[in-house]
Amino acid sequence: MTDDFMIRAALAGLGVALAAAPLGCFVIWRRMAYFGDATSHAAILGVALALATDLPVFGGVLLVAVAMALLLTGLTGRGISSDALLGVMAHAALALGLVAVSLIPDVRVDLMGYLVGDILAVSQADLAVIWTGATLVLGLLFWRWSSLLAATLSPDLAQAAGLSPKREELVLTLALSITVAVAIKVVGALLIAALLIIPAAAARPLARTPEGMAAAAIFIGGASALGGLIVSFALDTPTGPTIVSLAAVVFALTRGVSAARV
Amino acid sequence: MTVLIGTEGLHLAYGGQSVLRDVNLTLARGEIVTIVGPNGSGKSSLLRALIGALAPAQGRITRAPGLRIGYVPQNLAIDATLPLTVARFLGLPRRISAVRAEEVLTGAGVPGLADRQMSALSGGQFQRVLLARALLDMPDLLILDEPTQGLDQPGSAAFYQQIETVRQRTGCGVLMVSHDLHVVMAASDRVLCVNGHICCEGTPDIVASAPEYRALFGTGTRGALALYRHEHGHSHGPKGDHAHDHEHDHDHDHQHETTGA
Repeated sequence: MTDDFMIRAALAGLGVALAAAPLGCFVIWRRMAYFGDATSHAAILGVALALATDLPVFGGVLLVAVAMALLLTGLTGRGISSDALLGVMAHAALALGLVAVSLIPDVRVDLMGYLVGDILAVSQADLAVIWTGATLVLGLLFWRWSSLLAATLSPDLAQAAGLSPKREELVLTLALSITVAVAIKVVGALLIAALLIIPAAAARPLARTPEGMAAAAIFIGGASALGGLIVSFALDTPTGPTIVSLAAVVFALTRGVSAARV
Repeated sequence: MTVLIGTEGLHLAYGGQSVLRDVNLTLARGEIVTIVGPNGSGKSSLLRALIGALAPAQGRITRAPGLRIGYVPQNLAIDATLPLTVARFLGLPRRISAVRAEEVLTGAGVPGLADRQMSALSGGQFQRVLLARALLDMPDLLILDEPTQGLDQPGSAAFYQQIETVRQRTGCGVLMVSHDLHVVMAASDRVLCVNGHICCEGTPDIVASAPEYRALFGTGTRGALALYRHEHGHSHGPKGDHAHDHEHDHDHDHQHETTGA
């Protein structure tokens, strides 16, 4: 019985890692790391929206994440320098979110929980949301895998092959938003992007094909989630950051191994 | 003559900026047509419009029913974070068998590369793998955007030879953009000279002697050598870089051109 919350936490971590890792591969292949950052930072704004309107947090975050992602896609298409734009949007969204949360009257919010996550407080209902979201994301990715990959490689080639790169972009945007919405409870708005990017980047030296890289990323993400949970319990450190730290260690290891091989 | 693709009064624009106007062209089966023109003249835009990646601002594009297009893009930068074998690349977006992969690779002149990483290929091999991919669906029309970019002279000559072989074997039409003027003239049935619109078109002979063409690529006698020289003369375009560079330094004194840094 005492381990109950640990099991829920483990399941929550695994669910998020499962969805985030293969999606993260696309994020780095498409050089969307900052895009992921901006979208996940906007999650705090979503929390504020949810608290102000009695929406469930998941709903509020999903809504704002989708809006943010679509806004970014629209703006970058218009020739605005996307590096600067993403930098502005990522931090503006975070700052606005923090301000908005503080403005909501009569609500005492554990802001820290939303910023770095609170995986040990995951409830049964949260678990259901997380696994529904994760299954949805994995399903989307599995269903569109080849088309997404073709569009990532070259939008023009995809177009010539009869695909619609715009549609594939939308699929990724949606998957990213769902992932942000389910991951906020686990690692918090500040570190969602880390969970996307680090396992995928750590998997890169181990893989020869895109599929191999996604599989390795899932494994590394899952192992980091479970390992981070155990380590944080032993050392009494915040769980989300511990998971991310562990993933970063794996990244350093796989990079080191591949560098030594060359 | 079966017409594969044609345009009528095609007008292309990027963000409200017109890049190409009044394009009327047709391309028939078995033809090799090359588009030449300075940078920014709308060549790539035209190809992208033909494959459907860029919507016409005006006019229309007609494709033969069921037309299959094989496309070789101008540059394909594969991000270093994306591991990709040649076989897997060929199988995007539709998986193919190992036998079929080897078949098209052989057809493009690079057998035995299937298990290599795309990032480990030489420039020439990479372009041929792109060609192999374009040949996968047995295209009626092959569209190539500067396919020999980054290849040396023998490399690009061999590449165009390959295109010719493919045309003979499959009877497909070929439309390509090229800067290799000397090769273009030898390898094409027709040449379109483009600079915001189609300045002149016709057989290589006719185009090479057209005043519009000479205005763009310089004068001089026709023939491979002259054209070869032109290829290296990009800087003498209408807005040459030199005038710009020296403006600041030599406001007062034109004579010290060589004594400066």
